Amino acid sequence: MSGHGNMNLTLKVWKQKNKDTKGKFETYQAKGISPDMSFLEMFDVVNEQLISGNQEPIAFDHDCREGICGACSMYINGRPHGPKGGVTTCQLHMRSFKDGDTIVVEPWRSAAFPVIKDLAVDRSSFDRIISAGGFVSVNTGNSKDANNILINKDDADEAFNAAACIGCGACVAACKNSSAMLFVSAKVSQLALLPQGQIERYDRVLNMVKQMDEEGFGNCTNTGACEAECPKSISLENIARLNREYSAAKLMQDKVN
Amino acid sequence: MASSSKLNAKIPEGTLENKWTKYRSTVHLVNPANKRSLEIIVVGSGLAGSSAAASLAEMGYKVKVFCFQDSPRRAHSIAAQGGVNAAKNYQNDGDSVYRLFYDTIKGGDYRAREANVHRLAEVSGSIIDQCVAQGVPFAREYGGTLSNRSFGGTQVQRTFYAAGQTGQQLLLGAYSALQRQVGMGAVQMLARHEMMDVVNIDGKCRGIIARDLITGKLERHFAHAVLLCTGGYGNVFYLSTNAMGCNVTAAWKAHKKGAFFGNPCYTQIHPTCIPVSGDHQSKLTLMSESLRNDGRIWVPKKPNDTRKANEIPEEERDYYLERRYPAFGNLVPRDVASRAAKERCDAGYGVGTSKMAVYLDFAANTERYGKIQVNKLGLHNVSKEEVIRLGKEVVKEKYGNLFDMYKQITGEDPYELPMRIYPAVHYTMGGLWVDYNLMTTVEGLYALGEANFSDHGANRLGASALMQGLADGYFVIPYTIGDYLSEEIRTKSIPTDHEAFVKAEAEVQERITKLLAIKGTKSVDNFHKRLGKIMWDKCGMARNAQGLQEAITDIQNLKKEFWSDVRVPGTANEFNPELEKAHRVADFIELGELMCIDALTRNESCGGHFREEYQTPDGEALRDDDNYAYVAAWQYIADSNFELHKEELKYENIKLAQRNYA
Repeated sequence: MSGHGNMNLTLKVWKQKNKDTKGKFETYQAKGISPDMSFLEMFDVVNEQLISGNQEPIAFDHDCREGICGACSMYINGRPHGPKGGVTTCQLHMRSFKDGDTIVVEPWRSAAFPVIKDLAVDRSSFDRIISAGGFVSVNTGNSKDANNILINKDDADEAFNAAACIGCGACVAACKNSSAMLFVSAKVSQLALLPQGQIERYDRVLNMVKQMDEEGFGNCTNTGACEAECPKSISLENIARLNREYSAAKLMQDKVN
Repeated sequence: MASSSKLNAKIPEGTLENKWTKYRSTVHLVNPANKRSLEIIVVGSGLAGSSAAASLAEMGYKVKVFCFQDSPRRAHSIAAQGGVNAAKNYQNDGDSVYRLFYDTIKGGDYRAREANVHRLAEVSGSIIDQCVAQGVPFAREYGGTLSNRSFGGTQVQRTFYAAGQTGQQLLLGAYSALQRQVGMGAVQMLARHEMMDVVNIDGKCRGIIARDLITGKLERHFAHAVLLCTGGYGNVFYLSTNAMGCNVTAAWKAHKKGAFFGNPCYTQIHPTCIPVSGDHQSKLTLMSESLRNDGRIWVPKKPNDTRKANEIPEEERDYYLERRYPAFGNLVPRDVASRAAKERCDAGYGVGTSKMAVYLDFAANTERYGKIQVNKLGLHNVSKEEVIRLGKEVVKEKYGNLFDMYKQITGEDPYELPMRIYPAVHYTMGGLWVDYNLMTTVEGLYALGEANFSDHGANRLGASALMQGLADGYFVIPYTIGDYLSEEIRTKSIPTDHEAFVKAEAEVQERITKLLAIKGTKSVDNFHKRLGKIMWDKCGMARNAQGLQEAITDIQNLKKEFWSDVRVPGTANEFNPELEKAHRVADFIELGELMCIDALTRNESCGGHFREEYQTPDGEALRDDDNYAYVAAWQYIADSNFELHKEELKYENIKLAQRNYA
C-alpha cells in the first residue's frame, strides 16, 4: 500500500461486519506514507490499495476533516484521537508517528455506542440526550432585540468554551466507566451560564441526566481522562457545575413535592 | 430580453421596501388543524434544513428530516468560521437594511434578484435575535452587548461571530431547536439516510426514495412538500473546503426530475485557504475571511524571491490589495482578492516551495493590539517584546482556533511567521432555480440555503451564507410554504405503493445494481480526482472558451470510463461508504458538464465567473449587461442535453455599474 512519502507503518485495525457479529484485529501494511498526510489521508491510501487488491476497505466515520464536525472517532494506540492532545483524528498528522511504527486502531468502546461496522459506531444516544433538554424552549419568531439581553463577557466566554464541544464521544471512549458526563455537562453549563437558560435550568439538568442514565453510560468517578483526551479541551469544571446544578435541581424538586 | 415563459419568479408587486411586508400579510394561511395532517420532508440538516424543520414543526406540520451523517449536528454548516451578517447597525456606523441589500447586490456583481436580496436584508436582524434567544454564545463586549467585526465587500461592521466557530454555534442552536421537536415527536429524524431520488406524481413532488446507509435498504417516504436543504456542490472540484460527504446528488436528482438548475457556473473560490501541499490531500482548509480584518496580504516586490518572509524588509513588500484597491484594501470581495492572488503568483511573485501562495501577515496588527493593551493596563516602559507578547494574546483570543488549525496542518507557527495562503473552492452561488417562495420549477419541491441559486448573484460576500441559510429556514419558508400547502389541505397522504414510488425505487435499485456489477479497475476516488482536475484547470478561477470546450469533451469521456471501469467493492445491503461515494461522483460528473456548458454560454465575466476573453484593461471582470443580465436556468432534457431558459434580472432600485473597490 503505497502513498508518496517515505514512512512505512504496520496497522492493526478492528474489523467488525456489523453490531451482531464478533470483530477481530486485522493487520495491514501502510507503505510510502508522507508525514504531511493526516491520519485519515493515510487511511485513504490504505483503502485505495485494498480496493485495487479486491479486498474490503476499512469503514470509518469522517466528514469535515478540519476538526469541527465531530464525526471522526478512532481509538489510536489506546487513546481517543491518538497521541496528540487537543486534536481530532482528522487533524492528527503522520508527523506524529515514526517510520516503522505499529499503530493499533479501534472504534470507540462503549455499550452506549454500538459498533456499526469496523471503526464506525452509533452515537445517536448523544442526540437523544440533547432532545431530553439541551435547548432553550423558544419558538422561532418570539425573540426581542438581541441587545436587550446583556451578558457579562466572562460568562459569555465561559459559555462559549463549554459550547465548543463537538459531540465526538472521545470523553466516553476515554473513560473507564464509559461516562458521558463531560458531554452532558458541557451543554448544561453553556445554558446554565446564560440568562436565556435560566427558566428551564432545573428541568434541563434532571431530564438530560435521566436520559444519559437510560442510554447506558456509566458513572463519573472523577478520573479526568475525559478532559485529558477531549480534542476541544472541554474543562472538568463543567462536570463540577453539572453536579451543583443537579443537586440544586433535586433540592428544588423535593421542595415542590 | 424577456424572461422564459417557463420561469415565473412570483415576485410580489409593490415597492421594494413593501414587497415582503405586504406578501406576509396577504399570503394564504393553513389553519392549525390542517397543519397537523400536512407532511413535509426536509432533506439535509444544516442551517437551512434544521432551522426550517424546527420552525415548521413548531407551527404544527408533520416533519421528517433526512441527513446522511450520523447526526444532524454534523452538517457542514458546522465548519463555517467567520460570522453572520445582519443589518443591526449596533456599531452606529451607518448600516441599514438598504446598505446590506446594496452591498450584497454589488458584491454579487449585479447578478442576483433584487426582491430576494432585499428580503434577506430585512430578516437579517431577526436571525440574530432568534439565535441569541436560543443561547448561542456570540462574542460580546465588556458592557455585555454583542460584538461585531468587518468582512469583505463592506465598509461597516455588521458581522456577528463566536470566535472562529460561528457556524458551529449557529448550527448547534438550530440543532437544539430541531432536537427539541424530535423529543416532542413533532419531527421524525432519519440520520444515516441518503436521498436517492424525488418522486413526482401528476407534476407535483410527493416524496422521496431514501437509502438507509446502515442496512442499505431503500425506503419510500411520502410528503405534501419536499424541501432540499442539501448545500452546495463545491466538491465537484474534488479539492475544496467542503466536507468529504458534501454532494450534489439530491439537487441533481431533482434537476433530472424537472427542477431547473440556476447559474451552475457561479462558484466561489475563497482567497484565504491553506495551500495544497501534495497529491495525498483529501480536502482544503479555509482560513476565515475575518483574518483579513487584521492580516495584511503581500508578496515580495522581486519575482522569485527566495528569502524568508521576515528577511524581506518592509519597502520590498508589495501589499498588492492595498495598492490596487485603496478604499477597501484587504477587505475587497472574495472573487477580487482571489484573482489578485492568482495574478501575482502567475506573474512569478508567489511564495513558499510551490510558489503558489501569498503571505497573510499579522505582525503589524499584533503590535497595534499590544500597544492598546499596554494603554489599557496602564503599563510603562514596556519592551517591544512585551508589547508583541500582549498583542499575541489578543490575536489568540480572536483567532486562536484558526491559528491552531494552521499550525496542525502546515507544521508552522503563524504567531511567528506569516501564513501562506492561496485561493480554494469554497461555495457555490449557483443551485436549483427557485421563485420568490423558494419553490423550484417542480411544484411542491423547494430548495433552501446554498442548495438554491437565489441571493448571492455571481459572488457571495463573506458571512452571508449563514445569514441566507437561517433566513430561508427560520423566516422565509414558514410563510411561503403556506402559499402552496393551503391548496393541498384536501390531499390525503398518498400510499407509497403508488406506481410512481414503485417506479422510482426500481430505478434507484437498478442503478445500484449497475454500479456494483461494473467491477472495473479504478476506485471512485480515482475518477473524482480526475474530474476535479479538469474542473479546476478549465472551469476554475479563470475560464476561456477553448478550455471549456475541451473540458466538456474530457468530462464526457470520463463519464464513459466511469460507467465501464469503476470498481465499487462490497454489496448493496450493508454499510458501504464506497457505494455512497460512487453515486455522488456519478452525479458530480454530470453536473461538471453542465457547469462547463453554462460557463461557455455566458460570454462575459461577472463575480466568480471570470472568462479570460472578457476583462477590463486592469484585469477586472467585464460584464455585458445588455446581453447577460439574466439568470441562466437549465432544464434537463436528456443525457448531456440541457435547454437554457432565461430569467431577466430587472434592476429597479439599483443602477447597474462597473464594480469599483478602488
